[in-house]
Amino acid sequence: MTGLQKLLNAAAALCGFYALVDGFTTLSPALLLAAGLVVVCGMRLSPALAAALPVVIRPQLDLVISLIAACAVLAALQDGMVGAVWGIAIAAWLHGWLAVEKTMADDADATGFNWVVSLGVPLFFGFWLLFFWEALTIGLGIPTVLLPPPSMIGARLVTSTAILMADFQQTFLKAVLAGYAIGCGSAFVVAILVDRSNFLRRGFLPIGNFISALPIIGVAPIMVMWFGFDWQSKAAVVVVMTFFPMMVNTLSGLSAASAMERDLLDTYAAGYWQTLFKLQLPAAMPFIFNALKINSTLALIGAIVAEFFGTPIVGIGFRISTEVGRMNLDMVWAEIAVAALAGSASYGALSLLERRITFWHPSYRTK
Amino acid sequence: MLRQKLLPVLTIIAAIAVIWYGFTVYLNAPWQLDQYEKSATEWSMTDLVRDTMAHDRPVLPAPHQVVAEIWKTTVKKKVTSKRSLIYHSWITLSSTLLGFVMGTFTGMMLAIFIVENRAMDKSLMPWIIASQTIPILAIAPMIIVVLNAIGLSGLLPKALISTYLSFFPIAVGMVKGLRSPDPMLIDLMRTYNCSRWQLFITLRLPSSIPYLFTSMKIAIAISLVGAIVGELPTGAVAGLGARLLSGSYYGQTIQIWSALLTAATLAALLVIAVNIAAQITQRMMGAPK
Amino acid sequence: MVIKADKLNLDFETNDGVVHALRDLDLEIGAGEFVSLIGPSGCGKTTFLRVIADLETPTGGSIAVNGQPPEQARLARAYGYVFQAPALLSWRTIARNISLPLEIMGLSSGEQQERVERMINLVGLDGFGGKFPWQLSGGMQQRASIARALAFDADLLLMDEPFGALDEIVRDHLNEQLLQLWKKTGKTICFVTHSIPEAVYLSTKIVVMSPRPGRITDVITSDLPDDRPLDIRETPKFLEIAQRVREGLREGHADD
Repeated sequence: MTGLQKLLNAAAALCGFYALVDGFTTLSPALLLAAGLVVVCGMRLSPALAAALPVVIRPQLDLVISLIAACAVLAALQDGMVGAVWGIAIAAWLHGWLAVEKTMADDADATGFNWVVSLGVPLFFGFWLLFFWEALTIGLGIPTVLLPPPSMIGARLVTSTAILMADFQQTFLKAVLAGYAIGCGSAFVVAILVDRSNFLRRGFLPIGNFISALPIIGVAPIMVMWFGFDWQSKAAVVVVMTFFPMMVNTLSGLSAASAMERDLLDTYAAGYWQTLFKLQLPAAMPFIFNALKINSTLALIGAIVAEFFGTPIVGIGFRISTEVGRMNLDMVWAEIAVAALAGSASYGALSLLERRITFWHPSYRTK
Repeated sequence: MLRQKLLPVLTIIAAIAVIWYGFTVYLNAPWQLDQYEKSATEWSMTDLVRDTMAHDRPVLPAPHQVVAEIWKTTVKKKVTSKRSLIYHSWITLSSTLLGFVMGTFTGMMLAIFIVENRAMDKSLMPWIIASQTIPILAIAPMIIVVLNAIGLSGLLPKALISTYLSFFPIAVGMVKGLRSPDPMLIDLMRTYNCSRWQLFITLRLPSSIPYLFTSMKIAIAISLVGAIVGELPTGAVAGLGARLLSGSYYGQTIQIWSALLTAATLAALLVIAVNIAAQITQRMMGAPK
Repeated sequence: MVIKADKLNLDFETNDGVVHALRDLDLEIGAGEFVSLIGPSGCGKTTFLRVIADLETPTGGSIAVNGQPPEQARLARAYGYVFQAPALLSWRTIARNISLPLEIMGLSSGEQQERVERMINLVGLDGFGGKFPWQLSGGMQQRASIARALAFDADLLLMDEPFGALDEIVRDHLNEQLLQLWKKTGKTICFVTHSIPEAVYLSTKIVVMSPRPGRITDVITSDLPDDRPLDIRETPKFLEIAQRVREGLREGHADD
């Protein structure tokens, strides 16, 4: 074990020991078992044991212990968090970290894509995020009007599916998708037109860059005044927000091909459209995907914020602002979860598509 | 050189102004024509153009109306006045800067953890990216309300929104920068048997500076956006965001546009300031000018 | 006459004033010749090649390629050009890179396939057609780029230091292959290099150039036999020509 691993192991054992001493008479059997396991694991610090029985330092063992302890803590949450339970919760987390740390050390020399490392580890981290959120909110008795625990939000997601779907449809399927398609599409076309003239490119690029940095979201009230309360005004905000990042990135992308590659096409006496389709557009793809990914989150933000300035009685932004007023924070967080899920899913889908299309780019190359 | 760079930009700006004026007439004309009809006035084209640019609450104000409004609310008002745009800009600017500083610090710390520890890299990096798919700007109002409820009010809640938005570009850029040293230079440092800490201080940190400044330009602009949106729910008290909101409540389009234009100017000034800081730092580090 | 330059001049405007990249160049290159342009950096050898290819426009004098102005020669696809770097498009496989000029010229897909196969075989890249450029070594990439220049069967091949970035062994090997290819196809080749042995080994005619202003100082016709194994480079004849090239280069530097 490395220095860091030994430190984590020792800290976990100490926490477990504290829990045993402090809560020997009060803790539930499950918690006692978890604390006992953690303490026993502390013995792995002895090099003799690790040498004689290498199986005890496998990451799988840490994973199992951390999960047992975490479950025991979650089961005992309703009774309030006392010092001993906190000790076990922290020990559980330390063992989780140990498991990841060891997996990483084993994987350090591996090449290629590893599903456990690339997907399992982040999900595991997410689990601990939710675990401590739950433990803190319930254990410390934080009022649900401030921060509801994840379990309550999860229950909301299940019981209010119909409302959430309707809001999702109004905000995402109508406003975001329409605005995103129009904004990115028109910016793409404009960029190709502008790219034909050196003069225009030199004018549009700095201005586009500047406008991309502006708080464009401020046009939301104006768009609501111009296009009314329904989804069209939200789509208009999304169009304005996504247009400039897309235009600027496409413009930079279209001039990304090297001078030598352009000369090459010149020696073939290639026409404008041939150069565009065979050289400029493929070379611009990494830039275009960059904009598409940036815009996927911008679009969601634009549509939701625009709904604060006036909306029919449906939509993610509408629900958030009204439920905040009613102190129904679990519903608000359920809406946020839906929005975050939609955002992450779009981002993930775009990333996969990018990987497929720009497989040749140095950041994705596999020999 | 100057002509090559400036001329195209000025041309496009002029074109935008012309189009803006065109739309001003076009969008404000229906209401004006209605007025003419009601009062049965004879009107010519020049009258129409003149009158559409002089509405109190136009659908789209003319650029000169917005500029006049800005002039009126900056130069002609006392800075302490609740109607002074300078006062509102200062409110927004202070929370922007606080959020930016906190975001830069958080982003740098995260980047250092990520680069120095592989478990951190694999666990944190996907969540840092996922964190930005949460439409934080959209829930900013709620966060402000909740933070107010637990006694946090004033500058800090708004600044926290800016922090959340600005740490992301910093973290991503810093990770890239800290990993940018040539492998050959890292090997060279290894031959000196230098410690991890020495490698970090002498090689990784200096190589990351250009990346840091590029990220800071994005981060400061986005901090401003965060501060403005963070002001929306505070009951329209103060700040550029509050001006936007009160403008939209009372249909004061000129006020909305002047707040927007001020925000744009502020964004430009902030990015320029970061740019200058970047140039000074890089010149001190021996970069060619 | 494939190329005929007459009092060719090319000046660049830069911030530091006018640079005479080419000054009064006179040169004739006949069909089937292998001509090397050699000289130190800044002597205009690459610029001259780019003028022939219509990638630069001369500011004075005249130049004809196949009896036409360069632009018409380019539009008629009169030459293949090999750059200093392979310049292969990284999103296309080797085969699709070689077929790029054929696609642009609108050949039928059957014809494209047939020619690509032939070219891959000609430069010895059999079995690598489906690979992407970045999966190949530098030498193989440069061979693919030569195959691409040969693919549309132009009679003139312009090569700008094609082997400059490769190591000596690979370079020797490619030099040998290039000579065989030239003999097999009978093309006219214009070859820019700054290596004396390379120029002497490959060429029937060596053009020595010197910088500031870029001009021709010597034109040497090589009388080495057509059949040139690599060890011809140790023969007295070879060394004698190399010596003359070296003197020409030194002369160009004398008035610095």
